Amino acid sequence: MLAQQLVNGILLGATYALFALGFTLMFGVLRVINLTYGFYFTAGGFVAWYLTTRLGVGLALALPAAAVAAGAIAVVLDTLLLRRLRRARAGELASLMVTLGAVLALYAGMTALLGPDIRRLPPDVIGTGALVLGPVRVTQAQLLILGASVVLAAALVWLVRFSRLGLGIRAVAENPDVAGLMGIDAARIAALVSFVSGALAGAGGVLIGLAFNAIHPYMGEAMMLRGFVVIIMGGLGDIFGALLAGLLLGVVEVLTAGYLDSGLKEAVGFALLVLVLWTRPAGLFGRPVARRA
Amino acid sequence: MTALEVAGLTVAYGATEALRGIDLAVAEGETVCLLGANGAGKTTTLRALSGQVRPRAGHIRLGGADITALAPHRIVRRGLVQVPEGRQVFAGLTVAENLTLGAWTLRDPAEAARRRERVLARFPRLRERLHQPAGALSGGEQQMLAIGRALMAGPRLLLLDEPSMGLAPLMVAEIFAVIAELKAERVTLLLVEQNAAAALAVADRAYVLETGRITLSGPAWRVAKDPGVIAAYLGG
Ligand SMILES: Nc1ncnc2c1ncn2[C@@H]1O[C@H](COP(=O)(O)OP(=O)(O)OP(=O)(O)O)[C@@H](O)[C@H]1O
Ligand SMILES: [Mg+2]
Repeated sequence: MLAQQLVNGILLGATYALFALGFTLMFGVLRVINLTYGFYFTAGGFVAWYLTTRLGVGLALALPAAAVAAGAIAVVLDTLLLRRLRRARAGELASLMVTLGAVLALYAGMTALLGPDIRRLPPDVIGTGALVLGPVRVTQAQLLILGASVVLAAALVWLVRFSRLGLGIRAVAENPDVAGLMGIDAARIAALVSFVSGALAGAGGVLIGLAFNAIHPYMGEAMMLRGFVVIIMGGLGDIFGALLAGLLLGVVEVLTAGYLDSGLKEAVGFALLVLVLWTRPAGLFGRPVARRA
Repeated sequence: MTALEVAGLTVAYGATEALRGIDLAVAEGETVCLLGANGAGKTTTLRALSGQVRPRAGHIRLGGADITALAPHRIVRRGLVQVPEGRQVFAGLTVAENLTLGAWTLRDPAEAARRRERVLARFPRLRERLHQPAGALSGGEQQMLAIGRALMAGPRLLLLDEPSMGLAPLMVAEIFAVIAELKAERVTLLLVEQNAAAALAVADRAYVLETGRITLSGPAWRVAKDPGVIAAYLGG
């Protein structure tokens, strides 16, 4: 029972981590709290739903397509909403208000267009078989979640830490003005970061939609709360912090739901956040700078 | 052949005009210094040249081509490279990464490696600290890194904004020795300095900037003899 709960928690946490990775990357590099981020998660879920139910596309194609679509939406929204603010060096409050207004409009618009109902992916979108390892049972959906999360997280770490573009991303994160003096086109880096972040959120939307078999316009909003818990706990802008904090939150939620009461799991997540910040104000790993991408 | 030609450059921050129509030129291979008190507009001049602030009026030509409206990263690609005021190395990145970023516009890894070798030969201390974060370097070492990083771009015109600012006297002497070396190598230099004596000693020509206007210009030796300059900048 406990072993199964831990496995379920880690797998749920892997999606939280994936979602939070994009959020923390966006914050770490572009230094804005972009509240439209949750919408990319919703968008990813809906694109996958549309492709699988309406066009009969398989998940192997629907998942990357949903990620790319969500990334593209992120680039468009960042360009429309935030590029001007960055250029004018408007404060954080301005970007917070602009993206809050935009995301509420987007959720409401989507609900008006598509209705508030919960949509389901076709039952045959993924096999129902499971891997049984002693007392632990891992479904195919869970395996996909695990595989996709690991691959995407590893790709992100490689991109940011080890690639030439990643060096440019870290330079822009530290000082966009000086990055410009190196010949780096900060606007292009911003677009790249938006795309990657949006794609991670979109992939997260598909995976969570699959895990709970539920896709609806406001799914991104519930996820954003978790995104905040994870990136604050992990340290703003800290990729490894987000990975670990995401896993931790998943495990804590599942254990709370399993042993206490499923209605309590969100409360416990926030209690955990308060506890972490109370003891370690700079997040779990405590490096006090918000500039680590 | 003129490397840089500035005509009627006017820059304002909101309602305050920081530059009020300055003219300035730097010839190929020349070392020119720009003197001025705090707030005179020296940094603003360099920021305008690098495309970091949009001029309200005027023209900037680099090697004859108009670069007035270009974005900073495009100006760097044309060979105008700035070492900004206060060094501004990427403190969280290693010395090696800072140098790599300096050669961002260069698509040829072999040439980047050659340039890095030359920079490390010029600044041996950077070689010892190659894998340390730039933020861990002393002020003087950071200035060497900032200059080395700019040289990685292979500048056809190098702008230096107060490279000796805040450094200990020995380090100031070292930085000016580097500037003299660059000059001997015929790197085209535009040097902003508050250390007027050292700057006038190394420069071919000088401009004096006062509250956004050029009030004096000419050969460095002649500017150094101007009574106003002696009184204001040379501690006469
Ligand atoms: N971002 C800004 N916003 C508003 N005013 C500015 C800004 N930057 C500079 N100024 C003003 O423009 C004028 C010129 O500033 P600038 O930094 O170019 O002077 P400087 O000659 O480089 O001075 P210093 O020797 O102190 O570096 C000053 O009056 C300064 O207060
Ligand atoms: Mg200045």
